[in-house]
Amino acid sequence: MNFLTTFSAIVFKEALHLRRDPVTLVVTIAIPIFQLIVFGYAIDMEVKNIPTAVFDADRRAGSRELIAALANTEYFDFRENVSSEAELREAIVSGRARVGIHIPPDFTAGALNGSGSSFQALVDGSDSTVAMQAVNVVNSVGLMQSVGRLGRVDIEKLPVDARPRVLFNPDLKSANFFVPGLVGLIMQIVTVFLTAFAVVREKENGTIETLLATPLSRGGLMLGKLVPYAFVGFFEICVVLTLMRFVFGVRVNGDVGLLLLMCFVFLFTALGLGLLISTAAKNQAQAMQMALLVMLPSVLLSGFVFPRESMPAIIYYFSFLIPLTYFIEILRGIILRGADLSSLWSQALALAVYGAAILSLSTLRFSKKLS
Amino acid sequence: MSEIIKLDKLTRKFGSMTAVKDVSFGVEKGSIFGFLGPNGSGKSTVIRMLCGLLEPTSGDAWLDGASVRENSERIKRNIGYMSQSFSLYRDLTVEENLAFYGRIYGLRRERLRKRIEESMELSGITSKRKQLSGTLSGGWKQRLALACSMLHEPGIIFLDEPTAGIDPVARRDLWELLFQLSKEGVTLFVTTHYMDEAERCTHIGYIFLSELMVCGKPAELKMMPEVTPAGTVWLEASSDRITQALSLMKKAPGVMDATIFGESIHIRAREGFGEREAALALEAGGVSLESFRAVKPSLEDVFVSLTRERLKARGAA
Repeated sequence: MNFLTTFSAIVFKEALHLRRDPVTLVVTIAIPIFQLIVFGYAIDMEVKNIPTAVFDADRRAGSRELIAALANTEYFDFRENVSSEAELREAIVSGRARVGIHIPPDFTAGALNGSGSSFQALVDGSDSTVAMQAVNVVNSVGLMQSVGRLGRVDIEKLPVDARPRVLFNPDLKSANFFVPGLVGLIMQIVTVFLTAFAVVREKENGTIETLLATPLSRGGLMLGKLVPYAFVGFFEICVVLTLMRFVFGVRVNGDVGLLLLMCFVFLFTALGLGLLISTAAKNQAQAMQMALLVMLPSVLLSGFVFPRESMPAIIYYFSFLIPLTYFIEILRGIILRGADLSSLWSQALALAVYGAAILSLSTLRFSKKLS
Repeated sequence: MSEIIKLDKLTRKFGSMTAVKDVSFGVEKGSIFGFLGPNGSGKSTVIRMLCGLLEPTSGDAWLDGASVRENSERIKRNIGYMSQSFSLYRDLTVEENLAFYGRIYGLRRERLRKRIEESMELSGITSKRKQLSGTLSGGWKQRLALACSMLHEPGIIFLDEPTAGIDPVARRDLWELLFQLSKEGVTLFVTTHYMDEAERCTHIGYIFLSELMVCGKPAELKMMPEVTPAGTVWLEASSDRITQALSLMKKAPGVMDATIFGESIHIRAREGFGEREAALALEAGGVSLESFRAVKPSLEDVFVSLTRERLKARGAA
């Protein structure tokens, strides 16, 4: 009775606070959209349009064909023609180009007289991802050219036909791997911050004084503070998932209903974590710091960036303490592999238990006495 | 009359600092109890313990028979609390603040609506119902806070310096409201620094350096032997040049203390110091005595005397 009374009163009040502060509400909703788009593109590991310079000393059919073949891959963006090896090197050193293609004068001739021809690709190694990609593409273009010259050989029927097949992410699009994790991470950041200030703000504004002199129920207070933000968070996650689908083209292979249900479970856990921070902090600055403290391990250890399997044992077990770990596994499972509850129940259960534990802990931590 | 609030050796320590020490007294049902004392003397700490916001270090208090140690949640249903600083939601309107607190106390629908209207009516803030409470001026904020504290019709309302920092008209209106509530049988526990407000209370407690010094009706306090020890009298003199008169009077033989009280001077002197002695003392400085009479000490006289006695006793010890 007392629980429900407090709960409904607090829900009503928090909803009014939200309505009175439209700026915060808009910023809260806009930030994840902005973050998803910016980080979604920034974290795209496929490097296309690598700025490229070329020193073509041959200038005949053979070299033109090679340049066209490289350009057709879309990995290289030919921006500059230079006329010496020194200039080519300079273009890379100065940062104008990351790759320099050097085609010697006998390139076409070598093809015609059968003595063979070579070209050189200088690759800026300062960004390993870009460098690796460039080397791979240059190698395969070289291979294709050689095969083409053999003429009679059909590319489809090489003596050894290795055909690797990539499951779940056939295009090896890095967006498929990163964006679902990013959705989880962004939702955690936003939701933890939403409630991290909820209780501590009452302490700072002094409103807690009057509130504590009432026969308030602690559980009703906590859940009442959580529910309005859960709705904001749920709206948010729908927007972010829509962006994921239509901006980054990541399809949900599994059941969308299950996905949304899991999002709701995660929201309660993350909002609960925010409340726990809020009951522990003495002022809003402290709450901010604590929230940031939760962020870093969530980014590094949840499997968002580094695969958890390759972590040292202690850190691997520590990562089970991070709610985002479970959520990212669930997100990737449902979105990429089309997994259903029968294969994700352990993560789902862990997340739900985690949420319930955090909420109970913050309720117990909240003291009805002033200190 | 029964005691609705009863304190027994109520003590609160913050670390090594004792904020409230062995405070015991009772408050009669339906009275306006004025709780006085200088800043930092422990007034707010006592109120917070009575409202269940702070745990007593030792001792106990009972409100309507319920112990603050054991039954603070039950007590909270039947009390209203208006804290020292404005502690309602600034981004909520007058009406929304009232509705929130009404709901917290379990009022709903018709009853909630009715109580909101009645409380606004009584405190005179009906015209501001749609205004955000943060934009109200000091006096209106206090009215709203009072309206919030009486919504659920509590038997006791605690008011911690309800009139601090508001203008005299708003102050008078607020007191009118308190008399109105008192007439309806509500017990009011009020802290204040204003002596004129203290004179309006039916009962008074005075706390100094964490300890209760005195408790009783204003008339009783003025009769206390500590305030008027044997062989001393309270006198009132007036003059056209009051500040000069005061310094002359202070130096006069037989005068123990003198302070300005309104347009006259309150004097505590040894018995035998009369109009002739007073006139002589003033004439020495070329100031004339306009009127002279024996008076009862004011509450201010009472508190100043008691405070000085206590400090002297401390100094001696």
